[in-house]
Amino acid sequence: MSFKSHIVVKDLEVFYGGTQALKKVNAVVPEKKITVIIGPSGCGKTTLLKSFNRLIELAEDVRFSGEILVDGKNILSPEVEPTAIRKKMGLLSQKPTPLPMSIYDNVAYGPRIHGIKKRKELDRIVEYHLKEVGLWEEVEPRLDEPASRLSVGQQQRLCLARGLAVEPEIILGDEPTSALDPLSSRRIEEKFLELKNKYTIVVVTHILRQAKRLADYVIFLYFGEVIEHGPAEQIFENPSQELTREYIKGIIS
Amino acid sequence: MDRRRLEEKFFLGLMVISSLTIFTSLLLILVDIMVKGIPAMSWAMLTQVPHGGFYQGKGGGVLNAIVGSAVLGICATSLSFFFSLPVVLYLNVYLKPGSRFSAFIRFSLDVLWGIPSIVYGAFGFTLMLFFGLRASLLGGIIAVSLLIFPIMSRAMDEVLKMVPAELLETSYALGTTRLEAALKVVLRQSLPGILTAALIAFGRGIGDAASVIFTAGFSDYISLSLFRPVATLPLAIFYQLGTPYPEVQDRAYASSLILTMLIVLISVLARLLTRRYKSFVVK
Repeated sequence: MSFKSHIVVKDLEVFYGGTQALKKVNAVVPEKKITVIIGPSGCGKTTLLKSFNRLIELAEDVRFSGEILVDGKNILSPEVEPTAIRKKMGLLSQKPTPLPMSIYDNVAYGPRIHGIKKRKELDRIVEYHLKEVGLWEEVEPRLDEPASRLSVGQQQRLCLARGLAVEPEIILGDEPTSALDPLSSRRIEEKFLELKNKYTIVVVTHILRQAKRLADYVIFLYFGEVIEHGPAEQIFENPSQELTREYIKGIIS
Repeated sequence: MDRRRLEEKFFLGLMVISSLTIFTSLLLILVDIMVKGIPAMSWAMLTQVPHGGFYQGKGGGVLNAIVGSAVLGICATSLSFFFSLPVVLYLNVYLKPGSRFSAFIRFSLDVLWGIPSIVYGAFGFTLMLFFGLRASLLGGIIAVSLLIFPIMSRAMDEVLKMVPAELLETSYALGTTRLEAALKVVLRQSLPGILTAALIAFGRGIGDAASVIFTAGFSDYISLSLFRPVATLPLAIFYQLGTPYPEVQDRAYASSLILTMLIVLISVLARLLTRRYKSFVVK
């Protein structure tokens, strides 16, 4: 598998107070592929994901060192504006998080912040991205209703559309299907497979079968350390580390 | 019946009795005001200022105090709002949850909350002397704002604390600054609660007598000048109750009824205004 790296992580260390969440993490995320971060609960998967858009700085008493290069630029350096990095990356969290406004305003939220004011232009963006996530037909007659009235599965697709509306290059998914029913989960997975032609996608999951369905590239984290990372077939068929083999077989979890 | 079920019944009983006691007190107060107030209520009470000898039982009304209280209450609530909002946004959006500084601010607000209103009145009076002001609407507004500021801030703070952290995170993840997240997401999510907080403060401010007795003074005329004394309902009630004439004392109850109705009216209005936004709140 040949690829161009979109994100390169170099010696990333993250501490919450006295606890170390990530230890000398080195990994890459290939461009326009789906990278899946796997590993047991509490091993730092979400921390790694949230380092990519610097959401970890919101946590209390957090310290980090190392580099994360996005398109060759270290986003952890203090002179980089977090808002600029975050605009490049859409985030889909574990639980759908509709904002307290209408369906339309949810999707238009990002574009409005980033300076688009014309109603016509916003209409076009909202329609385009709701179609992109396959929600348009379901919500077209009720765009002015509160987003919280949608079903959980619809809410998660709305959140995806909202993230895409700021025209990111990268989509980050933090166990994006864990709150969803099987049917809604499948729709999200299908969307990811469609979207990988246009976006770089990073998904955190602890569901191995989901990882196998989605992954082009895998990063295996175990208690804050990257045990192994590489193309999916290699990790799943022929891992080089005993720990990876055991995790994939389900001996450790 | 075994011991645990008995325990459950006993405490449930206590809860019901306490709740009923509170409700009954409210009812008794309202009934008392109405029984004594309604007979003394007249069109003149609502539409006229006190005539000469009003406090000895002659004609007139308390329009001076109604207008004064409404203006003073609204101005003080607005002034206090413009100080409370930045404080609570700072506490809940900018400072991290466990920060020492936020604990210190909250502690200060709690202490301010506990200070008796007569002390705010005295403090306001000292400030006025310093600036060379007489008892006036402005003096009253300042004293009442000080009195209700901690109440409003703490009530708003409790509302903003309930805003899920994920909402802020979601907004940041879309590339917004903290200010944008605060104004566009946090405020929308908590608007109904913020208005309730403002109302609680308004009710407290409009009903307080001790903070205005030195600062706003009293006047039998309607004046909207910031630098003239202004009448307020609590003081009108106080002065009427203080007379030896039963018919004037009854008018104090009519004035109390007016004050209560004023607060009810404002509450209902604000609820109607927030209803539209309530449906957008994310649970």
